[in-house]
Amino acid sequence: MSAAKSKSGDFLLAVEGLTVSFDGFKAVDDLSFYLDPKEIRVIIGPNGAGKTTVLDLICGKTKATSGSIKFDGKELTKLKEHQIVHSGVGRKFQTPSVFEDLTVFENLEVSYPKGHSVMGALGFKRDAEVINAVEEVAETIFLTEALNEPAASLSHGQKQWLEIGMLLIQKPDLLMLDEPVAGMSVTERKKTAELLRVITRDHTVLVIEHDMQFVGDIADRVTVMHQGKVLSEGSIEHVKSDPKVIEVYLGH
Amino acid sequence: MKSSSPLKWFATREGLYFVALAVLLVVLLPLALDPFRLNMVGKYLTYAFVAIGLVMCWGKAGILSLGQGVFFGLGGYCMAMFLKLEASTPEATAIQSTPGIPDFMDWNQLTELPWFWEPFHSFSFTLLAVIGVPVLLAFVIGFAMFTRRVGGVYFAIITQAIAAILTILIIGQQGYTGGVNGITDLQTLNGWDIRTDEARTILYFVCVGMLFLCLFVARLVQNRKLGRILVAMNAQENRVRFSGYDVAAFKIFVFCLAAAFAGVGGAMFTLIVGFMSPSFIGIVASIEMVIFCALGGRLSILGAVYGALLVNAAKSGFSESFPELWPFAMGALFIGVVLAFPNGLAGLYQTYVMPLEDKIFKRNKGAQLEAKPAEKAAEPKPTAEKTPDYDPMIDSYSPEKS
Repeated sequence: MSAAKSKSGDFLLAVEGLTVSFDGFKAVDDLSFYLDPKEIRVIIGPNGAGKTTVLDLICGKTKATSGSIKFDGKELTKLKEHQIVHSGVGRKFQTPSVFEDLTVFENLEVSYPKGHSVMGALGFKRDAEVINAVEEVAETIFLTEALNEPAASLSHGQKQWLEIGMLLIQKPDLLMLDEPVAGMSVTERKKTAELLRVITRDHTVLVIEHDMQFVGDIADRVTVMHQGKVLSEGSIEHVKSDPKVIEVYLGH
Repeated sequence: MKSSSPLKWFATREGLYFVALAVLLVVLLPLALDPFRLNMVGKYLTYAFVAIGLVMCWGKAGILSLGQGVFFGLGGYCMAMFLKLEASTPEATAIQSTPGIPDFMDWNQLTELPWFWEPFHSFSFTLLAVIGVPVLLAFVIGFAMFTRRVGGVYFAIITQAIAAILTILIIGQQGYTGGVNGITDLQTLNGWDIRTDEARTILYFVCVGMLFLCLFVARLVQNRKLGRILVAMNAQENRVRFSGYDVAAFKIFVFCLAAAFAGVGGAMFTLIVGFMSPSFIGIVASIEMVIFCALGGRLSILGAVYGALLVNAAKSGFSESFPELWPFAMGALFIGVVLAFPNGLAGLYQTYVMPLEDKIFKRNKGAQLEAKPAEKAAEPKPTAEKTPDYDPMIDSYSPEKS
């Protein structure tokens, strides 16, 4: 354990001994894993394995019972949600959560990392810098044409992209995506894989995904979770051939 | 940005709505009504301050407060305390056993002015307190509730409880507060008699001026990114939080803003009506304020003003002829708003009247362009044309007429 701790400085994200218990039920149980900078890690596992809870714990939505989450040398378990965002962690939710009443432009603008205090938001000006940043991200997420549409009029897949765009414009070091291709059509899936490939060039990404084809396409390493613990970890081939994984997950 | 040329703003649709309201309040009503009725309208308008605050707090940010009467009352009591002290000179109260203190204190065997009354000898302190006291209380309530993520119906119930507590406190401590009768027999403001017809007319115009000041502050907030965050927070609180915003701070801000508006309204109420009592700040009064806002349109700051005017006028009209029927009419109004037109009068206006306006506007615009081609050409508009797509003044998300 002490050896791992001394190493934790080199990792972008070091999760150690993380435990959360809901009325005695341990959704995440003494979990440890480490992310290198620029790594693409996919977490897979059967339903109820605690995958989403791990993301909730990292971004501060759920408070850990014990354990530590070190991000870039900073302890996240003590911070509030917005402070975690400011230290460089972006989180996409499973169901698309965008601001339906605002336009695509405004959705991205609201996420632009400036004017986040009350007074800052009062004095915020839509200057050329903001417009450029928004247009740039809009192009990445294939929504240039829709900038002035209200987000409510977007398709399910477009909303997912918009939410990814809202993370990108924050310029986070770590992006956490919860099932980014769930409910998407085949063409949308392809485009999303393309989008993720662009994103992963200069971000560390932590993804939860079920689609094994998709996982194989994007993952550097895969962590398999089962009952709140790490069952197996390594390359997709390693994980696929691990007998423990086959038994609880892939075998079905 | 359009706001850089304030004169041009008056020619926009939003500007014209503001002008229309100004014409109604500053020209038409004072010409049409005698001083007594105009004073009544002034009283209705003091509730419009609260309604504007509720638009920001409830309509935009989704925080329903059923205790806005508390802030209205605190603003009103601050002003009433100043006026009462001015009316309680030792000469005017020479027959009391302790001259120089307000009459109700003397009746309650108080022999000196309580410490918290002392600062209200100062007019500038009073003006600060009219806004400061409600904002401070709103901050304490907001901080306690919003940092603990108390919201929705729980928050509404708590604000209602606070309205009940304040009423009971004021009634119970009658030696310090004037009790159930309130603070009455107010006469002069810095030596100026506020009871004459002339003074009441002037106070009416002061009230209208303050109202427009509040309207512009509210408009500024709703048109800035701050306003978009408030709307966004209402729909997707978590997304706002995980976009890096401290949601609690924004909620505290808008709750304090609403409290400040209510405090100003309360102070104007005291000046215009000439007294302040617990009956204007309790649960019933607070719920009525929500109805003004809902009927006018909880997304429209101008709608809120019309809502406050119309409901109060209806209340007076009804109460004069059928006093016992008013509560039923009020209830029916509220149910009607909720069931039939949830966006209130402003929503109806937007659905039915605005399309008509569109037709007329288009015709006029064409005529104007032909009439003044030289002027148009001489006036370059570089800023407006540079980014026509992302005009920050276009309020596309809020279904309101302002």
